[in-house]
Amino acid sequence: MTPSKAAVIRSDLDIVIARTLARDTAKSIGFGAIDQARIATAVSELARNIFLYAGTGSVTVREIEKLGRRGIEIVCEDQGPGIADLSLAMQDGYTTSRGMGMGLPGAKRLMDEFTINTEVGVGTMIVCRKWRS
Amino acid sequence: MNSIRIPILKVGNVLIASIQVALHDASAVQFKDDLLEKIHTTKSRAVIIDLTAIDVVDSFIGRMIADIAAMSGLMGARVVLTGLQPAVAITLVELGLELPNVLTALNLEKGLELMQKQEQLAQEDESGYDTF
Repeated sequence: MTPSKAAVIRSDLDIVIARTLARDTAKSIGFGAIDQARIATAVSELARNIFLYAGTGSVTVREIEKLGRRGIEIVCEDQGPGIADLSLAMQDGYTTSRGMGMGLPGAKRLMDEFTINTEVGVGTMIVCRKWRS
Repeated sequence: MNSIRIPILKVGNVLIASIQVALHDASAVQFKDDLLEKIHTTKSRAVIIDLTAIDVVDSFIGRMIADIAAMSGLMGARVVLTGLQPAVAITLVELGLELPNVLTALNLEKGLELMQKQEQLAQEDESGYDTF
């Protein structure tokens, strides 16, 4: 298991730090410019969700490998309010904040694998992966 | 909190803002306010926002750009986005943000040409008002 790097999300400045970390890691794994932009944008959306809904949380980034393929794994965790209606939150255009309602569905489209564990009052954990083609 | 101020230059009737750093949310909001104020004080009719140096446009910044275009339009100024990197254009569409009401041009030079052409058309129109 390769070492992971984490960014703590406490302010909107940390959103930029998290996506820079993800982009740098993606670059070192060998992702091309377009995939780097996809990964950085997905992390930006997820980190903003942490900041908007939970206030604080963390984004952890690491390199992964499966059957000789290299990829990137991003874990976003918070102890925020959780998501009451996950299917609604995954719909395009649905938002309970000042966002555009494309954070979760948009991030999912930009990544290859995307799983959410959420519990109201406990928090949310999102794991997403992208594999090098 | 300290927010980065984006310089806004006036060239003739056109305002030009070149965004050179990764914008965090507060500086994006600051930029919107500064730009609208500058349109008001300079009575500019066109705004070029150059994104050549920007490698990530997420939904927040995307919405800010759409808002700036809509608000500038209400004040009588057109907005043209220039220099969008291929990776940024691809990511915006995949994210679901297509900015349908925002004018775009390949680079700053083409953006200026577009604005000058539109300005000529507006002047040829005897009423002096923009035609939509």
